[in-house]
Amino acid sequence: MVSHINSEERQKEIAAFERDLERIKDGRGMLMLALHLAQNRFGYVPSDVQRIIADTLKVPLSTVYGVVTFYSRFTLIPRGRCDLSICTGTTCYIQGAEELLKEAEETLGIKDGETSPDGNFSLSTTRCVGACSLAPVVTVNGEVHGRMTVQEMKKLLADLKKQYLSQPESNEDK
Amino acid sequence: MSMTFEKLKEIREETLNRMNLRGFPSDKPNAPYRWSVAICMETSCMSSKSPQIKQRLLDLIVRDGKENEIEVVGTGCFGLCEAGPIVIVRPGDTFYYRLDVEDIDRIYESHLLGGEPVRDLIYPESITDDGYLSYFEIPFMAHQERVALRSSGHIDPEDIREYIALGGYEALYKALVEMTPDDVIDVITESGLRGRGGGGFITGRKWRATQASPGDEKFIICNADEGEPGAFMDRSILEGDPHSVIEAMTIAGYAIGSDQGYVYVRAEYPIAVERLEKAIGQANDLGLLGANIFGTGFSFNLEIRLGAGAFVCGETTALAASIEGRRGMPRSRPPYSADKGLWGKPTMINNVETFANVPYIILNGAEAFKKVGTENSPGTKVLALSGKIKNVGLVEIPMGTTLRQLVEEIGGGIPNGKAFKAVQTGGPSGGCIGPELLDTPIDFDRLAEIGSMMGPGGMIVLDEDVCAVDVARFYMDFIVDESCGKCTPCREGTKRMLEILIDITEGRGDETSIPRLERLARTTELASLCGLGQTAANPILSTLKSFRDEYEAHIKEKRCPAGVCKALTNNLTKDD
Repeated sequence: MVSHINSEERQKEIAAFERDLERIKDGRGMLMLALHLAQNRFGYVPSDVQRIIADTLKVPLSTVYGVVTFYSRFTLIPRGRCDLSICTGTTCYIQGAEELLKEAEETLGIKDGETSPDGNFSLSTTRCVGACSLAPVVTVNGEVHGRMTVQEMKKLLADLKKQYLSQPESNEDK
Repeated sequence: MSMTFEKLKEIREETLNRMNLRGFPSDKPNAPYRWSVAICMETSCMSSKSPQIKQRLLDLIVRDGKENEIEVVGTGCFGLCEAGPIVIVRPGDTFYYRLDVEDIDRIYESHLLGGEPVRDLIYPESITDDGYLSYFEIPFMAHQERVALRSSGHIDPEDIREYIALGGYEALYKALVEMTPDDVIDVITESGLRGRGGGGFITGRKWRATQASPGDEKFIICNADEGEPGAFMDRSILEGDPHSVIEAMTIAGYAIGSDQGYVYVRAEYPIAVERLEKAIGQANDLGLLGANIFGTGFSFNLEIRLGAGAFVCGETTALAASIEGRRGMPRSRPPYSADKGLWGKPTMINNVETFANVPYIILNGAEAFKKVGTENSPGTKVLALSGKIKNVGLVEIPMGTTLRQLVEEIGGGIPNGKAFKAVQTGGPSGGCIGPELLDTPIDFDRLAEIGSMMGPGGMIVLDEDVCAVDVARFYMDFIVDESCGKCTPCREGTKRMLEILIDITEGRGDETSIPRLERLARTTELASLCGLGQTAANPILSTLKSFRDEYEAHIKEKRCPAGVCKALTNNLTKDD
């Protein structure tokens, strides 16, 4: 994910993304795939990238924007380097997911759906990752942590803060 | 390469020889392994470190040069996810549970090298006076019957040869070479197979309608957008046995006259997507997908399309819109997908579990399939059992098994001495079934009769600590989030119902609350465009039916009997 890089590196990413698009642009119904590629590469779907997609796939920009905003997986703000997601599916909910969300919001100082100003953390809720046997679960950059309690959530958050706040910004996960 | 029946048989024989310990009828004398260790590689067990356990065991085996004596297989789901990470040692199907990575050292030394099972790591309920029960004999497995999950836990889902070893792709051969498209549809219709995605529509009829629909281009879609919270059946099938779905889709393509299929799968299931990709690649390499399959001239191509987190895309017309690269909004029907589906062409959409049953039916016949289940709901159903229940996991039961058998016997009852309150079926479209209805058999018609629905198969058990009104509020909150906004009854109706529910849980309910909820529920049900809105009020209506007194306690006494609703916790509950 490259949501926090300088402009030169960003140009390189854009160029790489354009090459990805070239490969798929002649297929049928490729807009969703294009947006997945963008979200995975940039950590969000910024407006200049939406324009590139619109031009390459020859669909109106309004359509691209419409699709981006329809699906919860595509975002208009960058995800943090540490992307924390709390499952609020039914099973996790009745096993205490709300408490975990509250703890995360308080500790990180951001709300559900937000990214911290320094770009280190983003927090979201998701509806079921299908790991209900481990409920309640939390995912950190896609990795599942199961059977969480408020106590364990505190520990996890402290560890993540230590890990991400001590790292220089250019140190990317991927 | 091109595949022939002889080549398929050859792969089967060759592979079965090395699978002799996994409980299949091929006890060839040249059986190469002394021990076979199956380690569950499914999302839930993997997040409990099963990959590390597998790696550590492999390292030990390599260190001691035991590669020819001990086989290690990463398999799909065994079912009892609660006990994960699960390791099964064969022969004997000895069941090791909740292992730490280091525990595998002891199993290796004592069981695999010394022949002595490690008692304290074995699942307690499988320990008896004179030894150990096999995994398949534990109480959790009682009443279970595996059809859709027939290969899960036995084969390595990343190796097509192991799927073939258990008869995989023979149904495809039989369909393509020995049967006409009409024969195939007849068998599926006769079997009485009904859509496992929840609707319960007769599968054969859907196939017939799409076959009969005129058009030179048709599509097969597998709906793997398992958006209902608390459901992980389809994910487990895709992770544990992806080829069963690929084979079935190809058979369906032959039957209706389509050469292109799509699997629409949630992006939230990265492991399932990866396994499916790998499986499609292997099937293409062996000529079981692609051009001129088995030299019959029939071709079928399969692609994966990723969802992006929109519950409404489980609705067939919304799903098609999403594959086309549009907002996943449903449209009114007719025309039905069978006439105008994806890109306006005839399209047949089935869910993952429905497809997983197809090769079994083609190979064994409609009668074999109908031997289990009830008259109008033949076969089995895969259910995801979770919530306040001892044995959380994936189960497959014959249709007609009662909810009580599911909760008390398979599920092992409610933990911590709490009382059972309800089982929630069908997710946001379903309902809560209270204790008075526990003897209801699980099949499509009986669950609908009591105001719930089968749904895709998520079964969430609630105990006395869960507030019925809060659960209804939770689901309405979900629906408001997921309503696509296209039609007014759903967009506005669900919002108003949510407001009323919030009022009730925060102590602002009054005598008009319940009548207003009931009226809105009826309107939304009648006037909404798609299934999402039409069933959105079910959680409210079903909780009102079984737990009306709880609603009244919130409204009249400003009291939450379960002690969940925080705004009301100053008012004493019964137990306080």
